[in-house]
Amino acid sequence: MQNSVAGSSADRYRAGVLKYAQMGYWQPDYLPLETDVIAMFRITPQDGVDPEEAAAAVAGESSTATWTVVWTDRLTACERYRAKAYRVDPVPGAPGQYFAYIAYDLELFEPGSISNLAASIIGNVFGFKPLKALRLEDMRIPVAYVKTFPGPATGIVVERERLDKFGRPLLGATVKPKLGLSGKNYGRVVYEALKGGLDFTKDDENINSQPFMHWRDRFLYCMEAVNRAQAATGEVKGTYLNVTAATMEDMYERAEFARELGSVIVMIDLVIGYTAIQSMAKWARRNDMILHLHRAGHSTYTRQKSHGISFRVIAKWMRLAGVDHIHAGTVVGKLEGDPNSVQGFYNVLREDRNPVDLPRGIFFDQDWAGLRKVMPVASGGIHAGQMHQLLSYLGEDCVLQFGGGTIGHPMGIQAGATANRVALEAMVLARNEGRDIWSEGPQILIEAARHCSPLKAALDTWGDVTFDYASTDTPDFVPTVTAA
Amino acid sequence: MRLTQGTFSFLPDLTDAQIAVQVEYCLGKGWAVSIEFTDDPHPRNTYWDMWGMPMFDLADPAVVMDEIRRCREAHPQLYIKMNAFDSSHGWEALRLSFIVNRPAVEPGFGLVREESRGRNIRYTTRSYAANKPAGERYSAT
Repeated sequence: MQNSVAGSSADRYRAGVLKYAQMGYWQPDYLPLETDVIAMFRITPQDGVDPEEAAAAVAGESSTATWTVVWTDRLTACERYRAKAYRVDPVPGAPGQYFAYIAYDLELFEPGSISNLAASIIGNVFGFKPLKALRLEDMRIPVAYVKTFPGPATGIVVERERLDKFGRPLLGATVKPKLGLSGKNYGRVVYEALKGGLDFTKDDENINSQPFMHWRDRFLYCMEAVNRAQAATGEVKGTYLNVTAATMEDMYERAEFARELGSVIVMIDLVIGYTAIQSMAKWARRNDMILHLHRAGHSTYTRQKSHGISFRVIAKWMRLAGVDHIHAGTVVGKLEGDPNSVQGFYNVLREDRNPVDLPRGIFFDQDWAGLRKVMPVASGGIHAGQMHQLLSYLGEDCVLQFGGGTIGHPMGIQAGATANRVALEAMVLARNEGRDIWSEGPQILIEAARHCSPLKAALDTWGDVTFDYASTDTPDFVPTVTAA
Repeated sequence: MRLTQGTFSFLPDLTDAQIAVQVEYCLGKGWAVSIEFTDDPHPRNTYWDMWGMPMFDLADPAVVMDEIRRCREAHPQLYIKMNAFDSSHGWEALRLSFIVNRPAVEPGFGLVREESRGRNIRYTTRSYAANKPAGERYSAT
C-alpha cells in the first residue's frame, strides 16, 4: 500500500517528502509505448529499501524528481515527463540485486544527442545513497529516436567495398612498443606489417603527439609505409591515424591532414567524450573517412557486474553516434570477455535487428531502422593459433588485430603478418568447405603451415598460449524467463 | 610480385576442385556468382570487365566452373576473379571474391612520388603492365 500513488492532487503536491513510488515513479500497470526509451538497470538497494521504491527512485532521479515535492511540477505535464519504473525482477543467483525496467517518454530527449541521452539516464542517479550499487544493463532505443541519429559514416558493407575485401575478417596490428618509437621507426613497423599481409595497422590509444614522436611526423611516415605496401601487394591498405588530442580544433587539424595525405581511416579514443565522438563522426561522413574508435577507459565502468554501465549499452550508443569500428572483445585474448556477452556486443553492432537474447545479455528487441553496421574489432593478446576459435566465436565481419602476435614473430614482422593472413585464409577456406573448424582447427593450421614456414614458426612459438581466467561480466539469466 | 587481392591469395592457387567447393558454398547461401576479368589490376580499379551477367537462380556449380573455363580460354594471361553477390537486405554487396586465374608474369606496381610543400608527398600507384595499351598488357594475350 505504501507504494501506491498519493491519492488526491492536494495530497500529492503538499510540501514535504514522499516516497518516490508515491510520487508516481512506480507504475506496475504501465505498458511501455513503442516510442518510449526503455532502460534496464541492475539495482542493489541499501538494506531496508524495498526494490520497487529503489526502482522508483532511479526512475525519479533520472527524470523529473528531486528529493522533495515541488509545486512547480504542476506547471508542467508532469505525468508525461515522469519516468515510470514498471517491472522489478530478482536477479537470478544474485541475492539483494534486482533488474528494474524503466520507461521514458521520447520527449525527454534531444534528437540525435548521445550526451543528452547519457546525461538523462546516467547523469545523476549512480551516486544515489539509497542504492549500494547501480548498473545500466541494457536499453531499448525506439525507432523514432534511432532515426534522429546519423549512424556510422561508412559501415561494414561500404568499408568492404571501399577496401575491396570480402569474405574474411580484416587483419590488423597495433604498432608496438606503443611508446617511444620515432616516426621513422614507427613507419617501418607499419610497412613491414602491411607488406606481410595485414590490411590495417593501428596507433595505440595513447599515441597522440609526444616528445619522441610528433603527430605530423607519424602521419607522414605512416602514409609512406601505407603507399609502399599498397604498391608492393596491389591491395588497398590503411593505418588508423589516431587524431585524439586536447581540443576539437586540434583533432580537426589532424584529421584534415590525414585526409590530405590520402588515409582511408582515422581513429579516436572513447575518452574524448560523446560529443567529440559525434563531431568526429560527422566529420568522417563529410570526408568519406572510416572512423575507428578505441574503447579506451571503458573497463573502469563496464567490467564489474554490480555497478556501472554494460558495454552493450556503450555499443548501442556508439552505433547511434556513428563510428565505423569499435573494439568489442576477443573472448580468447588477454582482456575481459565472456563468450556470450561478447557475442551479444557483436550482435548489437552488426545486426539489422536484435531479438531478445538473454543468454547473450540482450533484454530487448532492438530495431536498428536501417542504421549502418559497425565493424567490431578484436584486439588484445590473440595469435594465429587461435584462428579457428576467433572465426567461430566472432564470425567474419570483424577486424582481428594481432599486435604482439605479428610484431613479436621470431622471423620478423612481415613473417608475423604472413602467418596471420595464411592462417586466416586457410580457416575461412576450410569453413566454407564445410569442415568443422572448431574441432579440426589445430589440424587445419598444421596443414596450412606446410606451405608457410612463418605460420609454422608462429604455432611453435605461441601455440599453447591461452588466457584462461573466469570472466567478471557474465549475463545472469534463467533460461525459462521471458523478457519484456 | 604476387597480387594479393581477393579472399584466398595467400594460399597456393586453388585447384578447380577447391574452387568448385567454394562455388557450392556460395550457391548454398543463395548468392549470385559472377566472373570478372581485367588487364588493369590497380588496387582501386573497381570495375573489372564482366564475363556475362551474374548467374542468378543457379543451383549447379558445374555451370560456374564451365564459365570459368571458358573465360580462362579467352583470357589465359589476365586476372580472373569469382564474385558472390548477396542481394539480401542490409548487404546487397559481395560476400566472397577471389582470384581464379592470374598471368604467368605479374610485373606489379611502381609508386610515383610527387614532392610537395611541408614534406608532403602525393602518391600514385602505377601498374607496370597498364602502361601499355589495352590488349598488349600481358604477354600472351
